[in-house]
Amino acid sequence: MKISEAEVRYVADLANLKLTAGETARMAREMDEILKYMEKLNEMDTSAVEPMAQVLYEAGETATLRADAERGTLTHHDAIANAAVAGRGHFKVPKVIERG
Amino acid sequence: MNVARLTIDEIRQGLSARRFSAAELTREALRFAGTENPKTNAYLLLAEERALAAAAAVDERLARGEDPGPLAGVPVAVKDVILTRGVRSTCGSRLLANYVPPYDATAVTRLEQAGGVIIGKTNCDEFAMGSSTENSAFGPTRNPVDTDRVPGGSSGGSAAVVAQGTATVALGSDTGGSIRQPASFCGVVGVTPTYGRVSRHGLVAFASSLDHIGPFARTTRDAARLLGVIAGRDEMDSTSAFAPVPDYVSMLDGAVGGLKIGLPREYFQGLASETGDLIHRGIDALKMLGCQPRDISLPATDYAIACYYIIATAEASSNLARYDGVRYTTRSASGETLIDMYRATRGEGFGAECKRRIMLGTYVLSAGYYDAYYLKAQKVRTLIARDFAEAFQQVDAILAPVSPFPAFRLGEKLDDPLEMYLSDIYTITGDLAGIPCMSVPCGKTAAGLPVGLQILTNHFNEAGMFRLADAFEKETDHAL
Repeated sequence: MKISEAEVRYVADLANLKLTAGETARMAREMDEILKYMEKLNEMDTSAVEPMAQVLYEAGETATLRADAERGTLTHHDAIANAAVAGRGHFKVPKVIERG
Repeated sequence: MNVARLTIDEIRQGLSARRFSAAELTREALRFAGTENPKTNAYLLLAEERALAAAAAVDERLARGEDPGPLAGVPVAVKDVILTRGVRSTCGSRLLANYVPPYDATAVTRLEQAGGVIIGKTNCDEFAMGSSTENSAFGPTRNPVDTDRVPGGSSGGSAAVVAQGTATVALGSDTGGSIRQPASFCGVVGVTPTYGRVSRHGLVAFASSLDHIGPFARTTRDAARLLGVIAGRDEMDSTSAFAPVPDYVSMLDGAVGGLKIGLPREYFQGLASETGDLIHRGIDALKMLGCQPRDISLPATDYAIACYYIIATAEASSNLARYDGVRYTTRSASGETLIDMYRATRGEGFGAECKRRIMLGTYVLSAGYYDAYYLKAQKVRTLIARDFAEAFQQVDAILAPVSPFPAFRLGEKLDDPLEMYLSDIYTITGDLAGIPCMSVPCGKTAAGLPVGLQILTNHFNEAGMFRLADAFEKETDHAL
């Protein structure tokens, strides 16, 4: 077994994903099969190979910097228009600080 | 006017000869899309108001005697992972069911500036994760060629509307084959340009080092025209390329005699199906045109799927972290604390495939596993890219299948995620290397199902790829 149900629950917590008991069991099975398949990569000797962190980049280091000039951006109204819950111009979330 | 089969050139001629106005063409396209769409569920939304406004702008330019642009009046469909200001963009996800973007993707801005008319938004696998368009929260799309079968995915809606004739061209996105595979399944042309050739600004991120926007069309000529409009440097995407964009259409001159075309043996081993027969007949057609096939080897091919599903899921797990029930419209009713609200929103909102990929990606990036999976995969990616670089020292283009099989039945492969991943073998290598690749129709099976031939060329050589595809199309007549 590459991954147990307990590990699936741990990873789901890291990913902020609530899984049902049924989903957890199925996920363990499917991830186990997929992770076993991925072991295949160990057959390849990559000791002298650099990782490919960038696909293509043919320009100089600062070529993507734009001129330091002021320009328009999203309005406050547009920025929060898709909020799940908004109020008084802010995104609203469940209370995170308790008053003592 | 048969709106279902018009080409961009025919639209241009019709407009300049005043046989129809852009407004008339758009109304007809919207009407036709409205009557045909229930057969396929390819459109999630028809953008009537925006389309008619764009058409009116084209007619005004024509009335003033101005150049209305290279896509004037052309009905275009846009995959729902590509943002359209003021027009709902769901990404096929319950989480974004009511999301109305505050800005346009750069590709959308450019095609409208060129006179293109956006007819609607097309269905796709949730956040572009899938190979069948069955992973959409808004129901599957059906293949217009055979409605018991899938259109492929994840850009299944865009492929289907072009095949069905409810758009002339469409934008899709490709991370591991999501343009070429549905193009193959629906019998249309689908193009994945060089990484960085088209700005990703406004393309909802799945795997940023692999994501591409690209065109669907019924002919290579129309696909080349659309790519010419949307390609080029954009300061809103720092990975977009500075390389100048050539006039692709003017380079479709049929000059393919003497071209060396590589046939990678790893792609042809075990391809003894009807698909294989059609691909071999396609190669014969190119020989008739004077192309010279060569046996080549891309030895890292066998490792590509494992490599891809590590890198793509790792990037996806980061990119999808933003759907947290705060910024994007949907929040679970349960969850007392902030963290419980995040978990409940994401658990209820994401479909099974997205959850699987978020989990795999989180796992391969987690402490203790990063080197063994993610770093290892990035090194293997280097080797895959190197294989192609070496091959292009010997050949001008590479030919390959797109998919091991034609369109399958709805539901047929839903229960075995690994098998679905394995079917991406011929398309993911091009994405990993960042090279341009496309699917061009190559004939039909005995059951009438289309099969696509894949053409791959070196970085930024879209022109050479289009020239070959266009010559092939004219020689074979498989195009719609």
